[in-house]
Amino acid sequence: MSAPAPAPAPVLLLCEVTTGDRLPELSYDVTATTVVLGALASRDWRPMHHDKDFAVERNGTRDIFLNTPNQAAWFERFLTDWTGPHGRLGRMTFRMLGSVFPGDTMRLSGVVTDVTVDDIGCGWIGVDVTLSVDGDVKTTCAARLAVPVDADDNPWSRTGTRWQPS
Amino acid sequence: MTAPADTVAELRALIGVAQYEETGEFPVERGYIWTTLSSVENGNPLFWDEDVADAVTGGFIAPPTMLSVWFRPHHWAPGRSAPHLPLQIHFDLKERLGLPEAVMSDNTIIFHDPVRPGDILTTRQVLRSVSDQKTTKLGTGRFWVIDVEYTNQSGALVGVESYTGFGYRRTAGPDSSPEASA
Repeated sequence: MSAPAPAPAPVLLLCEVTTGDRLPELSYDVTATTVVLGALASRDWRPMHHDKDFAVERNGTRDIFLNTPNQAAWFERFLTDWTGPHGRLGRMTFRMLGSVFPGDTMRLSGVVTDVTVDDIGCGWIGVDVTLSVDGDVKTTCAARLAVPVDADDNPWSRTGTRWQPS
Repeated sequence: MTAPADTVAELRALIGVAQYEETGEFPVERGYIWTTLSSVENGNPLFWDEDVADAVTGGFIAPPTMLSVWFRPHHWAPGRSAPHLPLQIHFDLKERLGLPEAVMSDNTIIFHDPVRPGDILTTRQVLRSVSDQKTTKLGTGRFWVIDVEYTNQSGALVGVESYTGFGYRRTAGPDSSPEASA
């Protein structure tokens, strides 16, 4: 039996982050497939996410639109692209301001709002993430996520009272 | 249409009461995890590379934001007499208050213990508040806040979702643009 692979080094440490830092932007061209795949991946069978006639007639929107759970998955991907696998989400608050439709190019951008270490020694970063289309903000996400305070730290090892996500 | 005061009082009496405890219809599994990762092109090695998963999270976990995915019921199941709805309290409020349309204005998720393939999760829904009648650009109705608590088969808390909904009657034409569906 081979020895277990060594843990990968953290991609991002808390000491490398400063309030006001901007995350690398993510741009994505949304298609009907994006919307339908995202809805079905999140087991959301509601017609406004796959049936354009229903979306237009019942919801008054111009087309089918991205569902909330799949947008959460987009925000998670955006944040962990930056932190790497050691980044651990604690809390996300979403505000839905407008819908995202096929044909839209959505842009995710983020700015660090605070960098702290809690009483237990866990390193936390606050990030305000914005999903926009043509400059119009469609969804905002205030995220709180933990990253290692040093190369030997791993937020995922925290359990019980040693993990204070809220 | 205004809901009778006693209906509102009855609904408010349920504030803080755990309702609709339900166990997931199937164990957490990697098929939906891969489909979700694929849908957002998420290449985080935590979910794709067993060595990384073993080293960082002690084995594969589900993406935290998939918490609610494990509770959306099958679209059809044999012998089911009535459709099960996730966030049933939301639909109860719409029906009891006579509000045909609804949007979710915001949603907070707090992530506790990781969810792992094979886990069987249980949820409980808790109504936190129902507002007085309000009028927005969408129509006239009420805001409400519902928490959904998730635990695993060991009873450990894995997450809490908090939803703010607005149930309403449309007062504008079809050009009005609802923010999000519910």
